[in-house]
Amino acid sequence: MITTLTCIVCPMGCSVSVALENGIVTEVAGYSCARGKKYAEKEVVDPRRIVTSIVRVVDGEIPILSVKTKESIKKDKIFDCIASLKGIAVSAPVKIGDVIVKNVAGTDVDVIATKSIDAA
Amino acid sequence: METCEIAVIGGGPAGLAAAAAAKKHGVDGVLIIDRDNRLGGILNQCIHNGFGLHTFNEELTGPEYAARFVDEVDRLGIRCMLNTMVLDINERKEITVMNSSDGLTEIKAESVILAMGCRERPRGALSIPGYRPAGIYSAGTAQRLINIEGYMPGKEIVILGSGDIGLIMARRLTLEGAVVKAVAEIMPYSSGLKRNIVQCLDDFGIPLKLSHTVVDIKGRTRVEGVSIAQVDGNRAPIEGTEEYYACDTLLLSVGLIPENELSQKINLAMDPVTNSPIVNDIFETSAPGVFACGNALHVHDLVDYVSEEAAIAGKNAARHVRGPRTAPGRQISVKAADGVTYTVPRTIDPQRAEGTVKIRFRVRDVYRGHCLNVYFDGDKVQSSKKMILTPGEMEEVTLKKSDLAKRDDLKEITVKVEKE
Amino acid sequence: MDDISNTYEVVIIGAGVTGCCIARELSKFQVSACVIEKGDDVASGTSKGNSGVIHSGFDAKPGSLMAQLNTVGNRLMWEKAEELDFPVKMNGALVVCTNENERDKLDALLDQGIKNGVPGVRILERGEVLEMEPNLTDKTVAALYAPTGGVICPFNLAIAMAENANINGVEFRLETEALSVEKTGTGYRVRTNRGDISAVAVVNAAGVYADKFHNMVSGDKIRITARKGEYLLFDKILGDIFRTSVFPLPGAMGKGVLTAPTIHGNLYVGPSANDVEDKEAVNTTKAVLDDLADKVRANHLCKVPLPLNKVINSFSGLRPHEDRHDFIIGEPPDAERFFDAAGIESPGLTCSPAIGEMLSEIIAEKMSLPKKDRFISKRRGVTRFDHLTREEKKALVREAPRYGNVVCRCETITEGEILDAIHRPLGARSLDSVKRRTRAGMGRCQGGFCTPKVMAILSRELGIKMSDVTKKGSGSWMVTECDK
Repeated sequence: MITTLTCIVCPMGCSVSVALENGIVTEVAGYSCARGKKYAEKEVVDPRRIVTSIVRVVDGEIPILSVKTKESIKKDKIFDCIASLKGIAVSAPVKIGDVIVKNVAGTDVDVIATKSIDAA
Repeated sequence: METCEIAVIGGGPAGLAAAAAAKKHGVDGVLIIDRDNRLGGILNQCIHNGFGLHTFNEELTGPEYAARFVDEVDRLGIRCMLNTMVLDINERKEITVMNSSDGLTEIKAESVILAMGCRERPRGALSIPGYRPAGIYSAGTAQRLINIEGYMPGKEIVILGSGDIGLIMARRLTLEGAVVKAVAEIMPYSSGLKRNIVQCLDDFGIPLKLSHTVVDIKGRTRVEGVSIAQVDGNRAPIEGTEEYYACDTLLLSVGLIPENELSQKINLAMDPVTNSPIVNDIFETSAPGVFACGNALHVHDLVDYVSEEAAIAGKNAARHVRGPRTAPGRQISVKAADGVTYTVPRTIDPQRAEGTVKIRFRVRDVYRGHCLNVYFDGDKVQSSKKMILTPGEMEEVTLKKSDLAKRDDLKEITVKVEKE
Repeated sequence: MDDISNTYEVVIIGAGVTGCCIARELSKFQVSACVIEKGDDVASGTSKGNSGVIHSGFDAKPGSLMAQLNTVGNRLMWEKAEELDFPVKMNGALVVCTNENERDKLDALLDQGIKNGVPGVRILERGEVLEMEPNLTDKTVAALYAPTGGVICPFNLAIAMAENANINGVEFRLETEALSVEKTGTGYRVRTNRGDISAVAVVNAAGVYADKFHNMVSGDKIRITARKGEYLLFDKILGDIFRTSVFPLPGAMGKGVLTAPTIHGNLYVGPSANDVEDKEAVNTTKAVLDDLADKVRANHLCKVPLPLNKVINSFSGLRPHEDRHDFIIGEPPDAERFFDAAGIESPGLTCSPAIGEMLSEIIAEKMSLPKKDRFISKRRGVTRFDHLTREEKKALVREAPRYGNVVCRCETITEGEILDAIHRPLGARSLDSVKRRTRAGMGRCQGGFCTPKVMAILSRELGIKMSDVTKKGSGSWMVTECDK
């Protein structure tokens, strides 16, 4: 199977094709640099994203807490991750780095606070 | 009248880095004034990741990047006035500030650092024809509504402009349940990062329509739809190419304008290209002791450069207050030409320079396989080949003090984009 | 929807400047009166998009109702501004002749101005006029100068009149759209989207729809065409290009495209003039905006082309143009106690105080209304914080700390002003109505910064959810709740 993607490591935006057989990269074409080749291989084999979103805060100086997955998660888990944040309300105070959801959507990655919020 | 040594106007990334640097260079009387209820500026609403790779060698979200500097400012014991608007400033560096608790007061500073950031270009500036219903937001306003206040600006969205904020908002709103129908970009290229195009649009199958713009807005109370048309080489819509998108929201991400109402009140010399003060190599404006940095000076693509430049401004504001103040020496002017739209700084004092001086700028168009060339009075002294140059990315050249020192008759440095 | 079935002596259809001025003058009499308005605020239709010029009166045809009411209206405007605390400025008007062959048109205007009794109107030769306005086009040959020309904010005029009418007992029913008017045995029945209203008398101040209601009760038909005017509004840094309102020589469709300052210190170029079918078509159009931009590039009335990147907004308005091009004021012969104020196009804004006085007297006489013993003639406007002296500002914030919180940074509008706008008679209920009363959101960032803040204040003060805050009444929602 050949997947074509846009490289993101620099503004060139090379169109890179990656051939994949049984999960093994057999050929990469269209890249202009080694970083691009590496990016394309990884992106085809195991695309991952850091997901950022918000949750509600109770009794905080501000009503909304920004959060992120502590590490990147599989791309196809993005919406599951977001769905897991629905209905969550954190009580202030919150410290940056606090775990908000453990092992979100079965990814083994925690969702953590990216802002500190004092109690109101 | 209250006094302080250095007044920093704006507590975003520029103001924070400038204040911290000033304090670390020996000035105790640093005061940060910010209109918001917390420090960090616009970073507080930029909850996505991608900040700080250059500065911290890790990928932070906006609030996390801000927190690093806020913590430092706290640790250094720098005084902050929050919820406070600067209403006026004069050439004697007397600043009129106001908030609800202290009312209207004046502060006299020995040095002022302007770090007000930038604002978004509104619809009116584009003269998009059509109605004026609810549901037309600048991307940053929508970002604030969702990320700070927790409200959705709409459910079915078209975005005009593919700058990074527009791209980021396309993903943000998609994640929170909205349908982003298209992103239209009047230019034949996006000014956003490739990474954002891939991870904010491609990941979610959102079409990016290059060389397209919004030509009509429908809806009398709330937006009901927009028409998008292809544009020709002069950015004029081509008749017959209109496509109608039913939507309830139009987001505009069509440019940022440095905030410089205060700069104008002290009659600083301004650069008409950036709409911001002209500065020298230590980020000092035409008024001695008044410095400018951050997006109030020129709009950055990476916050890391904001922090870096602001720290230079802060350090030199400290020198202005505490010394050693070097007498102004010979000034070499820096000129933007051939594809380079502006430069920061506009003058360099070769005696004062420490080690190296960076010149940062933007280019006018997309150039592939061109060179960034530096001329000293007409002699090409540096050339670096670039696979690609785009207006969306800030570029830089670095000059060595030793090279500047070699030419004691040097009058003008010119930066150009040229074919090989 | 609350069904109403009320009876008034007088129902006024339309809360534009005309309807509001009539309501205010009528409130001097002992009468039960109600103004119905389909918008969520006063001045949200025809009165919204216009030049905001107080005309001196040289333009109207001598002997017409327009001519008669213009000079009276101009004189009254300054008095009413004093009484009701709305801003006006007498900046004078110039009609510039740029072609030696057209001088006779200038002379004709002067002649008309003298006949209409316009004070101080005269012709200035090139040297004199360029001294007055150094940024005028080099092609200037001569100009007609009318020193009593002025500028006004039409919202403030309507709001001031409406507030004062309201505290003197006139009811205002907003978001109440008149659907039809029919004669009954004792007067009229006005059908609205919120039920029927019975009235002894009806005042027809329905702007572009005045023909519709008139023709429902009278056989003496009138026809009103919506004549669209579009504008480009420039940043305040260009506001001092001209001190006076600068007109070209008038043409067949009206007074032509001006380059002129607003009372708030912006500069505008406009209006265009195009008849449109759709009376709701308050949209701007590409062809006209392009045409205005071309005019700007070609130094329209100006010595230099204005920088188009300093345009902060474009907008349009609809003039209610009646075929005979004169105001229609009073009862049609076949509809007793149905009082028209129809065809109120330019100089209608200037004339509105005069129309208010004239029509209220006609009504009072016809209906034998006695004067009120206690009429409250004064009204205080929203305090403009930015216009106070430094000492006044300090004192005000000490007394009311919310004036210390700047909400709209571009125009320096404080929370105190917004609270005042919300909590006064006929207070603001939506973002646009806050904007009209305070200018929050009218500056160069066009609400980018203050919109969420004003929404939060409206939500808090009115006790409504953020998702119920609107831009301009029902249907114009701003946000939905986030599904979290």
